[in-house]
Amino acid sequence: MSNIMSALSDLRLLDNLARGKTFIHRINPLVKLLTTVVYLTVVVSFGRYEISSLLTFIFYPVLIFALAELPVTPILKKVLFVQPLIIGIGILNPIFDSHSVLLGDIAVSRGWITFLAIFIKSGLTVTVSILLIATTGMDRLAAALRMLKIPKIFVLQLILTYRYISVLMEEVHRMLRAYSLRAPGQKGVQRNHWGSFAGQLLLRTFDRAQRVYQSMSLRGFNGEYHTGKSAKLGLIDFAYFSGWSIFFILARIYDIPVLMGSLLIGVMK
Amino acid sequence: MSHHKLEVKNLHFSYPDGHEAVKNMSFTIYHGESVGIIGANGAGKSTLLMLIMGIIFPDGGEILLGDVHVTKKTLSMVRQRLGMVFQDPDDQLFMTSVYDDVAFGPRNYNLDEEEVENRVNYALEMVGIAHLRDRAPYKLSGGEKRAAAVASVLSLQPDMLIMDEPTSALDPKARRRIIHLLNSFEHTKIITSHDLDMILDTCQRVLVIRQGEIIADGKTLEVLSNEELLDAYGLETPLSLQNCPKCGSLKG
Repeated sequence: MSNIMSALSDLRLLDNLARGKTFIHRINPLVKLLTTVVYLTVVVSFGRYEISSLLTFIFYPVLIFALAELPVTPILKKVLFVQPLIIGIGILNPIFDSHSVLLGDIAVSRGWITFLAIFIKSGLTVTVSILLIATTGMDRLAAALRMLKIPKIFVLQLILTYRYISVLMEEVHRMLRAYSLRAPGQKGVQRNHWGSFAGQLLLRTFDRAQRVYQSMSLRGFNGEYHTGKSAKLGLIDFAYFSGWSIFFILARIYDIPVLMGSLLIGVMK
Repeated sequence: MSHHKLEVKNLHFSYPDGHEAVKNMSFTIYHGESVGIIGANGAGKSTLLMLIMGIIFPDGGEILLGDVHVTKKTLSMVRQRLGMVFQDPDDQLFMTSVYDDVAFGPRNYNLDEEEVENRVNYALEMVGIAHLRDRAPYKLSGGEKRAAAVASVLSLQPDMLIMDEPTSALDPKARRRIIHLLNSFEHTKIITSHDLDMILDTCQRVLVIRQGEIIADGKTLEVLSNEELLDAYGLETPLSLQNCPKCGSLKG
């Protein structure tokens, strides 16, 4: 039961973080969205065995963490939620791809390398997506999507799903509390109550959603979700986008860690 | 200011399951009046409010706001002039900050952002929660939430305020603040409640409803001191009009 409430406060954490006032928060949401899209595209485009050049891309989330003054642990915890899935996808790679390659003096199966690549890629992409929400907020993100001319029905779907998750969770929490108080010494909900429990939950959330919708339409809501300020694109926004994009593309073409390594070795020689 | 008048004529509504929630109701509420609507649970109070707001439409009869019929076509205009505060403020507050919630209505009417800000500040000042503007609604106390819900309606600058149980689930101090707040508004008000003392403090006129019918319509003090009438319809004389519980002496 407490899990639901802590999950709810986790969810609200992103909303709270998005209210920050740092340099990163003030960047135009559209620019942040596009930068993230470029980042994701570039990271995903790496081949299965290219780990070293992938490492350059840690730089971006690290810098955002620092500049936007975000707490690292709670956000990385969210990333960890996804990782079991990724492990599930990649865990068979070492078995299927058993060619061994030499890494220095150690021979490893190529499968391990592809597995690691998947692991790093997913870690980076999920982190960066969460960072986008944590520095922008769902509302402004929706406004950015509308600026990109995404149909309002999709944007609305996204934003209302996000809003209603907490409604649903509160409802579950209340029902579980009422249930557990009258079912002492029981763990969870008994199997023969699952049906009515789920049915009740559905009906209750329908009712609640109905009332929320009524209160929205009484205040003039007609399908367009207004978030107020649609900030103009400034020079800084432009510089931010082009700066990062150029960096991402360069890092895609040149293997920066190797270059830096050879530079260092050259200097030492 | 005839357009502030609300007229309900021979209103009739039954739910799809056949339950007749409103039967042949007629009344008129004039500009500046505060009207309490009371009745036992299931008497039809909430249905009446939903009919007035155009959330549901009657099977018979009509509702007039000034000279305008409440129909699907006039809804946008009607809803701009009638502001309804829901019983549960959580139904009304769903944005990430109090400011955004209060700005929700004005933004839907495509006001420019400067005007939106003026209205939000004005509404927050009016209910006395200007200091909470950047807080997340779910973190507020019950009384603060209620005030924020009222502000979210006031920002539309309605002519008439409609409130469903504005004092339910509030502690005595918060309840008193809401009563003061209601009394400070010059709007025409319609308030439904079981809190008869609050109705006595805020409304000059009261309608008593039973099983979808109006059974009394008159001055609050007169209706609420009519013990027989109240008792017959599942209500009770307000505490402030009852005799002293210690000595049994009559209240002056």
